[in-house]
Amino acid sequence: MLTRREFIKLCLSATASLTLSQSLAVEIAKAFAGAKKPPVVWLEACTCTGDILSFANTINPDLGKFIFETIDLLYNNTLMKAQGAQAIEVLENALEKRRGEYILVVEGTVPTRDNGRYNIIGERNGHAWTALEATRRLSEGAQAVIAAGTCAAFGGIYAASPNPSDSRPVHKVVKQPVINVPGCPAHPDWLMGTITHLLFYGRPELDAHHRPKLFFGETIHNLCQRRSYFDNSIFAKYPGDGGCMYQIGCKGPVTHADCPKRLWSGEHVNWPVQANTPCIGCSSPEFTDGLGPFFVPLPATPLPRITTTANRVGGAVAVATALAIGGHLAGTVLTGRLGKGAQTDEDIAGVGAGEATGEDASGKESSDSSGQEARTMEEQFTNITSNVKKALKKRSSVLNSAEIESVPQVPKYPGQKRRRPKFIRPRPLHYWPKDDGTPDKERREARQPNGSSEPSDRGDDDGSR
Amino acid sequence: MAPDKTLVTINPVTRSNGLLKVEVEVSGGKVTDARCSGIFFRGFELILQGRDPRDAGYYAERICGICSTAHATAAAMALEDAAKIQVSDNAVLLRNLIFGADFLQNHLRHFFFLGLPDYIDTPEIPPFTPHGAQRASLPRAINDRMMEHYRESFRASQMAHEMTVIFGGKAPHVHGIVPGGASVKPTIDRVTRFGAALEEVHRFIVEKYLPDAMTLGEYYPEDFQLGTGYRNLIAFGLFPKPGHPGIWTFPPGIAKDGMLEEVDQKAIQEDIKHSWFREQPKPENPWEGVTVPDLEKEEGYSWVKAPRYRGMALECGPLARLWVRGDYRRGISTLDRVMARAQDAKKISEHMKEWLEMLHPDAPTYTPFEVPKNAEGIGLTGAMRGPLGHWVRIEGGRIAHYQIVTPSAWNFSPRDGRGVRGPVEEALIGTPVADPANPVEVGRVVRSYDACLACGTHVFEPGRGLTAFQIF
Ligand code: SF4
Ligand code: SF4
Repeated sequence: MLTRREFIKLCLSATASLTLSQSLAVEIAKAFAGAKKPPVVWLEACTCTGDILSFANTINPDLGKFIFETIDLLYNNTLMKAQGAQAIEVLENALEKRRGEYILVVEGTVPTRDNGRYNIIGERNGHAWTALEATRRLSEGAQAVIAAGTCAAFGGIYAASPNPSDSRPVHKVVKQPVINVPGCPAHPDWLMGTITHLLFYGRPELDAHHRPKLFFGETIHNLCQRRSYFDNSIFAKYPGDGGCMYQIGCKGPVTHADCPKRLWSGEHVNWPVQANTPCIGCSSPEFTDGLGPFFVPLPATPLPRITTTANRVGGAVAVATALAIGGHLAGTVLTGRLGKGAQTDEDIAGVGAGEATGEDASGKESSDSSGQEARTMEEQFTNITSNVKKALKKRSSVLNSAEIESVPQVPKYPGQKRRRPKFIRPRPLHYWPKDDGTPDKERREARQPNGSSEPSDRGDDDGSR
Repeated sequence: MAPDKTLVTINPVTRSNGLLKVEVEVSGGKVTDARCSGIFFRGFELILQGRDPRDAGYYAERICGICSTAHATAAAMALEDAAKIQVSDNAVLLRNLIFGADFLQNHLRHFFFLGLPDYIDTPEIPPFTPHGAQRASLPRAINDRMMEHYRESFRASQMAHEMTVIFGGKAPHVHGIVPGGASVKPTIDRVTRFGAALEEVHRFIVEKYLPDAMTLGEYYPEDFQLGTGYRNLIAFGLFPKPGHPGIWTFPPGIAKDGMLEEVDQKAIQEDIKHSWFREQPKPENPWEGVTVPDLEKEEGYSWVKAPRYRGMALECGPLARLWVRGDYRRGISTLDRVMARAQDAKKISEHMKEWLEMLHPDAPTYTPFEVPKNAEGIGLTGAMRGPLGHWVRIEGGRIAHYQIVTPSAWNFSPRDGRGVRGPVEEALIGTPVADPANPVEVGRVVRSYDACLACGTHVFEPGRGLTAFQIF
């Protein structure tokens, strides 16, 4: 049997050759040989069934082995043989006879409008169970409740404005603590890892959003193979282009998940950025409204001290990372990696602390932070958070208006105008530029007017390898 | 209700995608009337309003986890139609491959996970317990072999999904199908990996899936009489042929009264008489009315709307598509649907091998374009369960109106204003029910349509029907 430590190491070390579930297969078989199998109730509320289908992509053990040999899958709309009242009876039996034993997995949101009548999961003896009632009652008797997928964990796409069915995530409708395994859908390893951790070692360690830290501890941006393109401002212009996806809307900087190193799906072959499309932040609590249109870049705001990288900020407050990106960009300019000429440390510090704070994304609300000398890390942090929140809020309020210019304006760096190169502007790309047939090399030069300090190899497609 | 009639309710009809309720009236051991209800509601089209048109695909995918690529393709086609662009041949091929792999995944999972437990004796462990009387029509050895295949199908369908990932980025809900083309370049390593997986899945289909479907036909001949329905079929074109814009690998068509005819998309209308949506106060101007879901509506019993073609309810799915192309003409019934689906999987995997060879590693896969400020577009494609249509209207660079008509809305539609039953409701009439407490037969008929209510019940806006698009 693996120790918990080893198990965690295994989860963190996801690579294509050593998969989480592969190494567990033997252990699982050993642990449950002859023992009573733990019961699992998998409830489908307002869902696209994507999460159970994603879970079905797990290999070694594959789902068949898992449900036949490891767990007792008492209830699951997609796989169970019983139907109608007989199926609902299973739920009632679970509640009565296996109270406190079973693990409840819920996928999908729970509609609450009209007392949940927008989602009926079945009926028995003339009584119709709404998803709301089922979720509430079943979680009372559950040993643990897992919300599988972003819908169940945070509301996700069905709770997007205007939320026609008033859908809520599971933790908003039940009293019991919920383990959130977000992702749209959740990666098979995330689900398998969480369930196995629960079976062997109890509750995994959770972050502020009740996600297992094992899988959601780092931002996509930090793990991304294309990070060096970001650092060097080599940005894709449209989906299918090589380089960093930031300019076409990548939400990697504010999204916590390990897709870049784990890769999708059971066989770990690919992930959205490797497929030359932006990460859309599907495992974030803010998905989708809080993150804005998928192909529009994150709002960027300068950071007081450019020495704070996305790396450090990302760990603490998700939204603040957006700001760190702005800072990071500014920082890159200032350190001369993008702009002309080298900067001294004094330059950087001076600009960072005194001026760059002044302008936030909208350009209007600048007064609240510009006067202050936000020197300490904490103070800076508060400023950052509120600025970015404002920017994000502004964007989502634009969602319903006809106005398309929803991206906050480019931040100005007073006194630094001269050095601000055009090509790093997080400008609203509401169209994808027509390919003018310029070969890659020329395009690269066009982007870097000085053309000297940049690495020359752009790596067309396989930047991620 | 006459005294000898019993009302049997199956809620939920498990082993379907999404939540479905079926109510049948049984008299003299046979079904005399039926009602299908989609019993959950999300309101997708409303969620899409006001958003960036390029986002529609990634949103619409999330209507349904098992056929996400179908929605991605239709949404991309709708926007490309609005922007008046043509995608490159390479993009067509890549999309066909991603979409095709999802087809294989869907068909395998449908047959083994959703359909097969109705026909074989399963082991006495969850999720197969409890169950009704086991039917021992199959000899023990064959039964065991099929159970073995059931277990192997987990791996086979997972591999099909993995193929989607190779060119799609992730699955379900692929990223690789974008308006303007496809985003993953068909590098040689990817093509090889895809080809290897395809070979294995193809072998599973030919050696296990197809023979198993045939075996069912041998041992359950009575099911060829079951669930015949209207015998009117509709299919949209599926898999565009690269280099031949407007030509499809599987052609569109309507088969009714033994005759084939062309599809006229203007003749498609949606009826909401028995759906939980409030009637329009001003039906003559569908764009202006305020529309609300209405659970109190007396005639309402489903969240699915009723699409009709010149007032006719048409059946759709792999059988309809193969019928139109002339590949499968044995008959129209419950088992025919199952067998046609198996044939379909084989045919698609063979086409995929051709497409894979036609890929060009260096040719462009993406056509950059500008999103039009004001435009309208349609994306019509076949999907796993039948014809899928996305209609988009863009105003000021934003989605002003989005309409989706899904295959399951065709099949699982409730009655319309004239009392015409939906195709599945009609197919259920006459089905023998041996044990009203456990109507397995009803389940078999319903499942042969590959029920996917996740798709059927996404609709929000009644009245904002397709009639409004007749200007096209
Ligand atoms: S989180 Fe995504 S995959 Fe899961 S139910 Fe919601 S939309 Fe489907
Ligand atoms: S592609 Fe996204 S996650 Fe990767 S470096 Fe660029 S912004 Fe960060």
